[in-house]
Amino acid sequence: MRELDVAGITAAVKDLSIKTNIYLPDDVKKALRESLEKEESPLGREILQVILENHDIAEREKMPICQDTGVAIVFLEVGQEVHLTGGALEDAVNEGVRQGYKEAYLRKSMVADPVIIRKNTTDNTPAVIYTRIVPGDKVKIVFAPKGGGAENMSEVRMMTAADGIEGVKDFVVDRVFRSGGNPCPPVVVGVGLGGSFERCAMLAKEALMRKIGEPNPDSVYDEVEKELLRRINNLGIGPQGLGGRTTALAVHIKMVPCHIASMPVAVNIQCHVSRHGETII
Amino acid sequence: MKTVELKTPLDEKQISELEAGDKVFLSGEIYTARDAAHKRLVALMEEGRELPFDLKGAVIYYVGPAPSKPGQVMNSAGPTTSYRMDVFTPLLLEHGLRGTIGKGPRSMKVRDSIVKNKGIYFAAVGGAAAGIASSIKEAEVIAYEDLGPEAIRKLVVERMPLFVVNDTRGNDLFEAGVAEYRREE
Repeated sequence: MRELDVAGITAAVKDLSIKTNIYLPDDVKKALRESLEKEESPLGREILQVILENHDIAEREKMPICQDTGVAIVFLEVGQEVHLTGGALEDAVNEGVRQGYKEAYLRKSMVADPVIIRKNTTDNTPAVIYTRIVPGDKVKIVFAPKGGGAENMSEVRMMTAADGIEGVKDFVVDRVFRSGGNPCPPVVVGVGLGGSFERCAMLAKEALMRKIGEPNPDSVYDEVEKELLRRINNLGIGPQGLGGRTTALAVHIKMVPCHIASMPVAVNIQCHVSRHGETII
Repeated sequence: MKTVELKTPLDEKQISELEAGDKVFLSGEIYTARDAAHKRLVALMEEGRELPFDLKGAVIYYVGPAPSKPGQVMNSAGPTTSYRMDVFTPLLLEHGLRGTIGKGPRSMKVRDSIVKNKGIYFAAVGGAAAGIASSIKEAEVIAYEDLGPEAIRKLVVERMPLFVVNDTRGNDLFEAGVAEYRREE
């Protein structure tokens, strides 16, 4: 049994919350640079240029890339050989969020009561935490600040076997079309297939963590991703929705088995500031 | 499509010359307000009470900035999605509000109200928040400090880069742009 003080988790979450909000992953930057070369709309190119310059300004000035520094989504994989000491795991994660968002002057965007009172919690907690117990003696932390504008364009639909893969494709494309300029395109589209009502939504979010350019491990779904990306980019929505060829940078599908009566499908939309980072302790 | 330098407060004549697709560099005083502040503003109006700022000729920027660091005028401050303010906007336009700045399309009701009241809707580039901050030269919370990032701030901007989306003639840059680049499968 490996003993691990949760203070180490707090420190790692703090560090990730700051870094992910200032530095965009290389694969996302690369995809944006490549889209600039392909974009046909002059206005679309101008917007992509502004987006790319903004990355440089954020890094130079140590400012968040986007003022919406998101709800803190945290995926934890805790090795079953690890014995966590020094406090509660979720408290440690929230403390890391609290410290990171304060120290780096990131926006605090959480309201305590989501409907009636909507009072800001003032420290961006609570984080949304998903924990899995896995083999091994390590703890893996994936941190993804998720902005509200793109999250609002996401949807779960309980489809039927009769809808088939064509039904799934039409739903995904239509969801992006109906989102228009709202989620800050060019977007990354996460698609979750199977499981249950809530599981497919989680899969769609997990799919967003995959590196852009990395193929789907399943060759059939890899082809579906390519077709969806082509169809989405033919919608004409373009950068910021003002018209163009670059509506999505990537479509990522993740799937698991499901019940014979069901075909749950989830679409989670991610803006062009596709932030995520990970650490293994 | 042209490039225009504009200074607030905006009058009807300046606005009527703008066309969807124009690039605008906006200077002068503007006010920030988003979801929670809009709710309070409209509640005040319904009660017939005075607003924290004069709507006449004013421009509202839909933004909730990141908190400023010591010595920094403004931290990252890009636009938020505008449709969430759609239910409030026509009433504000009827009471003299001239322009709004945000991202994403507006409802048909807002677009009609923009035409009727000689208003204007600008888009700023969403997610380009660190860059936009450099065009903000002064910032002061003037109401609802308890709302944190959602408080109403008076900003002084200098050549803030924007695009005209909805003009007084009923044009919509989102519709036009998408129609131009759409390819039928």
